Amino acid sequence: MALFRAIKKRFVETGWLKQRNGVIAIPYLWLLLFFLVPFAIVLKISFAETEIAIPPYTDLATFEDGHLMIDLNLGNYAYLFSDDLYLTAYLSSIRIALVSTLLCLLIGYPMALAISRAPASTRNVLLLLVILPSWTSFLIRIYAWIGILKPNGYINNLLLSMGLIDEPIIMLHTDFAVYVGIVYAYLPFMILPLYANMMKLDHSLVEASSDLGASPVTTLFRIIVPLTKAGIIAGCMLVFIPAVGEFVIPELLGGPETLMIGKVLWEEFFNNRDWPVASAVAIIMLALLIIPIMWFDRIQNKQMEQA
Amino acid sequence: MTLKHLSQGPSPVLLELKNLSKSFDGHQAVRSVNLQFYEGEIFALLGGSGCGKSTLLRMLSGFETLTEGKILLNGEDIAAIPPYRRPFNMMFQSYALFPHMTVEQNIAYGLKQDKLKKEDIAKRVDDMLKLVHMESFRLRKPSQLSGGQRQRVALARSLAKKPKLLLLDEPMGALDKKLRGEMQLELVDIIKQVGVTCVMVTHDQEEAMTMADRIAVMHAGEILQIGSPHDIYEYPNCRYVADFIGEVNLFGGHIAEEEPSYVVINVPNLVAPIYIDHGISGPGGERPVSVAVRPEKVRLSDQQPDEQYNWGKGIIDDLAYLGQHSIYHILLPDGQFIQVTQTNDKRRERPFELEQEIFVSWSPDSCVVLEE
Repeated sequence: MALFRAIKKRFVETGWLKQRNGVIAIPYLWLLLFFLVPFAIVLKISFAETEIAIPPYTDLATFEDGHLMIDLNLGNYAYLFSDDLYLTAYLSSIRIALVSTLLCLLIGYPMALAISRAPASTRNVLLLLVILPSWTSFLIRIYAWIGILKPNGYINNLLLSMGLIDEPIIMLHTDFAVYVGIVYAYLPFMILPLYANMMKLDHSLVEASSDLGASPVTTLFRIIVPLTKAGIIAGCMLVFIPAVGEFVIPELLGGPETLMIGKVLWEEFFNNRDWPVASAVAIIMLALLIIPIMWFDRIQNKQMEQA
Repeated sequence: MTLKHLSQGPSPVLLELKNLSKSFDGHQAVRSVNLQFYEGEIFALLGGSGCGKSTLLRMLSGFETLTEGKILLNGEDIAAIPPYRRPFNMMFQSYALFPHMTVEQNIAYGLKQDKLKKEDIAKRVDDMLKLVHMESFRLRKPSQLSGGQRQRVALARSLAKKPKLLLLDEPMGALDKKLRGEMQLELVDIIKQVGVTCVMVTHDQEEAMTMADRIAVMHAGEILQIGSPHDIYEYPNCRYVADFIGEVNLFGGHIAEEEPSYVVINVPNLVAPIYIDHGISGPGGERPVSVAVRPEKVRLSDQQPDEQYNWGKGIIDDLAYLGQHSIYHILLPDGQFIQVTQTNDKRRERPFELEQEIFVSWSPDSCVVLEE
């Protein structure tokens, strides 16, 4: 018994049994299992070579005659930089994601503001309306846009019947359709963090600004926007990061000239069955996205310190 | 009504509220309030929570629309003017300082909206910082200031635009008790120095008495009484006001004699009837009334008074020695307690003991008749 108690005491002292550690351990375990391990596998494949086998790539480490041989192939990365298809695809993805994020912000900000200013009973209904579409399958919702945007779709039919246009506008399979799809799909991810941030905003600050003679527009740009910066950044990150790697929307709504890295990845993986190059594409994409994530993290930490 | 602090006659009326009403979803928060604010006075709206005082203030600032009535500024109705065009500034209860701006930027904010020249703004900001003694804090953010410092900045910000009317919403609400007393007097000093007319809202009667020239006591959306702190304390016009402002002993009784120069009231709780040396208004005839006597106006004695009026007999049920004064709770025959405060002006042992039989009395001019 005494021994057990001594062991227990030792564990408690070193912090092994502290509750806090237990609480932290669960998310870390989760990240390890579902993020770090898959990442390590993808990283490993990106250094391999294609092979007609199952799985279709070579092993990194071989053990023969007592020799451990590690064969790192950097050719996949070199290949990505040699063909400017990949660079163009990365840049184009970032451009499309940036423009979509900006559009989401322009549309989402007033919506979030209106919801946060609405009376409590209407507020919940409005929030539900924002979230409700995501209860249907993402794929079906994007498919529905084909029906809306196609040459004989709802929009063209409506405009034709009103006599506003003589022939259908080509919207489907253009970059425009991709923007529509991304903005539509990711708008809730912009609105929700903005809304959460705006609800925390002390309304008396808005009143104080008005009391001091600022028009509603001045109050918006001098008081509300600066004080909801954290929500703006969070919303932009939540839209920008998944939008860069988006595959379904450009595949279904985009045209042949819509070049996005998600599509390239798919083609390398499934059409060319070149897992190592596909993995290298994914690793570079991750590296590109880590920069804004780290920047966001730094800003958040700074704000935490200030508060 | 004349103002104590203005000996040269009444000031002109700056703002007049006519029949002001406000209802929220059928609930009447403010019921046809009529008020006049004189130039240069500090006016306090005093009342418990939910009495409508804050709603009234928010109607003045323009944050609440009126259901009915008029707000006349120098005779002109401003009810339809939005808050950002009203020449009024408010000091918020939470101060509502902009957290992302420095002290200087906070004070300059209102001036910038007026499109003033840069040097004029800088000069005005300097003057304001000097006025509230915050020159050395100009580059701090609100989060780096103490409660009292934040209040000074908030005051400076609300005075920077030289408003015609300064509105104070629970000005001491966010301060701890010790700081309150100091800031009350300092705030009055600054307001009087600037000479701005000021309407404040408070639930703290002491704060209203310390700071205001005139007080309006509000209850359930209505104004019960308007007067100087002295008037309100010494001559409350109803039970609610008497009870709300300070401590009071209320005796229920019937009018026995009523003449223009005096009233006699029979009170079953007391040995002698109450005699009041001034007439009261109201319908004549025998009717139930309450008589209010403040605890500090009651005299205690172990000798039976030989007066014809204004005394009673009881037992000391409880006493508390508080240093400068003592509080006695005296039990009257039918179970009513009355409170008496006595100044401890003599350095002696306790003059009276617990459970001792005691006589209470007061002079004919120290009680007020309140209609039921």
